[in-house]
Parts: sequence; C-alpha cells; structure tokens
Amino acid sequence: MLRAIIARLKQGHRTMAYPKEPVHLPERFRGYPEFTPGAERAGGDACAAACPHGAISCDGGIVLDMGRCLFCPECTAGEFVRFTTDHRLAATRREQLVVRPGGERHLAHPLEPGLRSLIGRSLKFREVSAGGCNACEADTNVLSTIGWDLGRFGIQFVASPRHADGLWVTGPVTENMREALLMTWEAIPGPKIVVACGACAIGGGPFAGSPEAHDGVDGILPVDLYIPGCPPHPAAILDGLLRLIGRIEGE
Amino acid sequence: MTVPFRTFPNGAAVPFGEVPRLEATAFLQAIIDATDRGWRVSSYFGIPTESGATLCCVLSSAADGVIGVATADAVGAFPSIARLVPQVQLFEREIAEQCGIPAEGHPWFKPVRFHRSFVPGRDAWGRAPDDPILPGVMEFYRVEGEEVHEVAVGPVHAGIIEPGHFRFQCHGEEVFHLEISLGYQHRGVERGLAGGPDPRTPFRMETIAGDTTIGHMQAYCMVMEALAGVQVPTRAEALRGIALELERLANHTGDLGAIAGDVGYLPTSSFCGRIRGDFLTMTAVLCGSRFGRGLLRPGGVLFDLGEAERDDLLARLAAARTDLENAVELLWSTPSVMSRLENTGTVSADTARDLGLVGPAARACGLDRDVRRDHPFGIYRTAPVPLVTAHHGDVCARTTVRWQEAVKSLDFIHDQLRYLPEGGCRGEAGNLQGNRVAVALTEGWRGEICHVAITDHAGRFLRYKVTDPSFHNWQGLAMALRGEQISDFPLCNKSFNLSYCGFDL
Ligand code: SF4
Repeated sequence: MLRAIIARLKQGHRTMAYPKEPVHLPERFRGYPEFTPGAERAGGDACAAACPHGAISCDGGIVLDMGRCLFCPECTAGEFVRFTTDHRLAATRREQLVVRPGGERHLAHPLEPGLRSLIGRSLKFREVSAGGCNACEADTNVLSTIGWDLGRFGIQFVASPRHADGLWVTGPVTENMREALLMTWEAIPGPKIVVACGACAIGGGPFAGSPEAHDGVDGILPVDLYIPGCPPHPAAILDGLLRLIGRIEGE
Repeated sequence: MTVPFRTFPNGAAVPFGEVPRLEATAFLQAIIDATDRGWRVSSYFGIPTESGATLCCVLSSAADGVIGVATADAVGAFPSIARLVPQVQLFEREIAEQCGIPAEGHPWFKPVRFHRSFVPGRDAWGRAPDDPILPGVMEFYRVEGEEVHEVAVGPVHAGIIEPGHFRFQCHGEEVFHLEISLGYQHRGVERGLAGGPDPRTPFRMETIAGDTTIGHMQAYCMVMEALAGVQVPTRAEALRGIALELERLANHTGDLGAIAGDVGYLPTSSFCGRIRGDFLTMTAVLCGSRFGRGLLRPGGVLFDLGEAERDDLLARLAAARTDLENAVELLWSTPSVMSRLENTGTVSADTARDLGLVGPAARACGLDRDVRRDHPFGIYRTAPVPLVTAHHGDVCARTTVRWQEAVKSLDFIHDQLRYLPEGGCRGEAGNLQGNRVAVALTEGWRGEICHVAITDHAGRFLRYKVTDPSFHNWQGLAMALRGEQISDFPLCNKSFNLSYCGFDL
C-alpha cells in the first residue's frame, strides 16, 4: 500500500487541462489540411493523381475530402497539400468534411437543444468495431486513461446497448459484422445518435471498394458526427465530442 | 541436413521455378519430417488452380537460420496432416476456405473466416453459391452431461474491443473446452492484394493490424526490396528498428496495465495506460502518426530524424523509462497480484511447440524463438536484442516476459538514437522481378510475422500471403483456458492480447 502511494506521488497528476489549455501535438502530426499555392498552379488533375485514395478531386475547383483522406504523407510529397497541426477535424455533416482552397471552415455543431438537454451531461456510447485495423478502437480507448479522463465530461463507453444513448462505429462495416451492428443499433433505446469514428467508418478507408465490406456506416445508419483520421488522434475525437455536447463552441 | 526444399535466408527472393514441385505425398511427408526435426511452419497456403490448388509451404529453421519452400499440386482436395502436425490445422482450413477444396481427414474441419472461396462457385463444404455464409454458423464442440453448461460470448463484447465469438463448455466454474470463432473483421485483405502492388497496397499493409503497423510494414518492405533488389541505407534500417521497438514498448506497456487492471490492481493499470500513450507519442515524433503510419516505405523510411527530434526522443524515453519501472515494480511487490498471476492459464512447453506458438506467448513457455535472433533482419543483423524467456507458461510468465522485453527495447532504442548511422534514408526502388517468390519474417510485438509474395511474369502479385502471429497463437489461448475458472478468461485473454483483424485479414 505504502509503495503504491509513493508511486502515485512520483507519477504525479497527469490529466491534461484541455479544453482550458491547448493540446500539444508533435510537429509532424498531420491535422487540418491546407492547399499550397502549388496545387492551383499544378492544376486539379496532377493533385488528384497524387492521392491514391481518391480524396483529392477537381470537379469545379480542387477539393480534398477529409472523409476519404488517410492523412498519409503521400500528397505532401507532391507538395500540393500541407498539413497543419490543427486537430479540429470532426464535422456534423458528411459534406462538411470537404476542404476547398480558401473555403469556409466547418466545425462540429452541438446536438439540437432537446437532445442536448436530455443527454448533454451524461452521454453514453456503445462501441461496435466493424472491421478495420483496431487503431481507431485503440485511440478511442486512450480517452478513458488518466491523461484524457473522458469521464470528467460525463461521457462514457458502456457495456450494454440498453444503457447507451448512441452507437460508436469504427471500421468499414464488414459483411460479417453488418448484422451485429444493426442488432446493436436496434437495442439502443431512442432517441439515439451515431458517431462514425475514423476513415473506415466514414467511407471505407484503406478498404474502400473491398467486396467483403460496405465502405462505412453512411447509408446503413444515419450519422450525427464524423471524425476523420486514420486513425483520428484522441484530440480530434475529444474535440468532436465536446462540440457535440456544447462544451466547446466556435473557433 | 538435406531437405527437399529450396532454402534461402530471411528477406530473399528466388526464382519460383527453383522451388521444388513435389509429388503430394512426398510434399506432406517432407513437412512431417521437417517439423519432427524442429522446423516450424511459418506459412502454408494455396494458389488456386483450375483443378484445385498449388500448395505452398514455407518452413523456417531457427537452428540453421534459413527458410525453406516447397510446393505440390492438389487436385479437387488435399490430405490433412493436422493429426500428425497440429500446427498446420488452421492453415489447412484456410487453404480449404480460400481455394474451395476440402482438407480430407481433417479432425476439425470448419470455416475460418466465413467468406466465399477465391474461385467462384467452388466451396470446400459444398455450400451452394446462393447460400448465405454467416459468421459463427457452424458445428461447435459440445460437451454433454447433466451438469455441463455452455457459455457463449460475443461477437460484440463489453469493452471497446474487436468482435469475436467464444464458446465455453463448462462444468460449474471449470472450463473443459473453449472454442474461438472469428472472421467478423474479415475485410478481404489477401484477395485485395492480388494483382498488386498498386499505390494503395502500402496502406492495406499498414492496416492489417493497426497496432502492428511497423511490424507488418517491415515485412512488406523486405518483400518488395527483395523483389526489386534495393539496398536499404543503414540509417533507415536503424530508424525502422527504433520504430519497431517503440511499437513493442507501447503494446507491452498497454498489456502490463491491462493485466494489472484485470486482477483489480488499479495503480499499475492507470499508470501504464498513460505511459503507453507516451510511447505512441514518440512514434508520432518520428513520423506524425502514433501508429507509425507513413514511416516505412520500400527502400527506406519517409522521415529522417533531425538533431532536435533525436534529443526530444531521448528525453521522452528516459522519462517514460522511469515512470514505467516505477509502475511495473509495484506488481512484483504486491503478493495478492502475484498470487493471481501465478499458475493461471498455463500452457505447457510441449503444447506450445505442437501448436507452433510464437512471440512472448511461446517464450513464456520456455521456447527460445525470436525472429530477431534466429533470422536476423535489418538493423538486428548488427545490433542484436537479447532474447528473454520464462518457464512456467502461465499468466505470470507472459507478464514477466513482456516486462523484460520492454526493458531490452528501451536499451536498444537508447543505443540506436545515440549512435544513429549517418547517411541517407531511402534507396532507389527498381522494378519488381517476375516469377519470383520472396519471403520475409519479422518479429512483431506479438511474435513472428510472415509475408510471402509470388510474382507473375510481369512482376505483379500472383499471390500475397500474410500470416499474423495471432494466426498461430489463438489456439494457445484456447488451451490456456482448459481446467481454468471461466472468470479467469479476461485475464488469460489479456496476457495473450491477440489480434482479431490480423487473424481475420
Ligand atoms: S494525405 Fe494521403 S489520403 Fe489524404 S489527400 Fe493526401 S494522399 Fe490522399
């Protein structure tokens, strides 16, 4: 017992001050993307060709779809896109994940007032891992460690769908998990929300187009929060959640 | 010792035409003989043909430091040797499922991942093309008797973890048998790799198992480098080694915490949960991604390490070491923790050998196998990492092995950072050679990872086979539960911490 207390003193208090104070992310972290002037000069086609995942396209001006983006270093090698260390990526609607040069910045909206007063102070999720590589699950789990301490915001992941207010989906939704996903959704009492966490859940990620998977949860269930990234950084996840419950608003 | 295989070192490519094409009986006998003499089956798979499959077996000999490959043709079906060589039982079921031909005489013949075969209309279980194939729908092992009951768990579990289905045959609290049925994460990785590589291939490799991004990427890079004849700069090899050991550290730390949590010892559990994050952040300092995405590419690495980052990493490493030592020492000095870990979930050395277990799970049973030493690759050729074993094969042994390995990794990273070789970070990649077979073994944090590529005449992948360590080890977890209390399952499970997606592919 004494050893444990001494260890506790040595380890110290480690819960971060976020959102009161900013999170510190390594310099090479790839957050919100920006187009470089080179992108417009090179023209859309060259930029589109730089992305193996079809995240960049040029129908009526060049755009980058964060829902398909894996935040890999490939297109930065072509010098069309630069990644800032801004972790605020989550959005409320699918089309708000599309970034245009000089375009408007969309951040996730709070839940509508009725729902917010119902679950805003105690939001419980049932997570379903539906394919993917388990990195999204790993970085969702991180939020419950002492460093992030998700519980202090009244947000929790629970064991039973009956105790949940929402479904947390990771993975592209494999054919072998489709039924279990739908059954879990049905077991959650309404009103209920859905979060698509990570590139796979949004659009299939690296597995987009696989005949064994469904390219994400969109089209299977209505999504209320999209969190891009492969996997999303815990800070990106937390930002989206805190905006959802109205704990962070505005820029 | 002569073997009827084409042998070559780890990370080499040889003309596929030089691989002996044995007659089926001789081929199977060769596998039986080799495993009798201590060779291991690293991978065993089929390349579908019109009449069946070309069976391809990749064996490895730790004693000789070589890999051996042989092939044989199977028409319509192939004979199972699982009764004689238990470590191939799952490989045989996989071949049957992928190629659509039955393994005759298999003692436990069931699907592995519940998908249609690679050959339209052909099915090893005779299921019609329009029959739905549902995961977990199969005959489970059953124990009969008045006092016997069955507990079924999953696919969706209580925590934030991947899906799988577990059936326990119990007598009161005691588990007679545990059957594990997976396949829920199956997303068609291997099928999708055929015809490659294409620009998306590296990303599929990085996401075979997200917590083993570096381990699988290292294997993929070795395969590609062997096929293209690329020389990787030493500095890049060192950076890859640093990343691989950081991956091991992050996961071992997480597991030490999870094991502590499962015996209800919260101090270590909560400290380790955070310290794991510190190691992930170190990987992000290297390349921007906590899981090492985008760091390794064939030919080398995409990010060099500047002086500032190196100093930053050294400081973070020293701090994490102090914290980790402090957190883990608590376990050994808390008798109630130790008594829960000792004699729980024991796997004997013989069972481990028969099943072909790898990684910490094997080393905890006293088997001294580690690809970094037995088939050294990359930086480990010149900078070996000492191998750690334990003897009891229980949860305690698996915990101790993880801890001691973590310490070795800390030392290794420190040394590599201090004496980082000068030079470039990426060699020029040439075209892939056609009609070759390339094999790469790496030691991921869960154990041996095996990648095999067979190219067609144009240098495209005719077949790309991935074997995650979990493929060997899930069976070990099932055996660890025999005779245990069912309530010990979470603890046993954490001490193995196997990958669902790496298995399901
Ligand atoms: S970061 Fe990668 S996935 Fe995203 S746009 Fe660039 S190339 Fe495409």
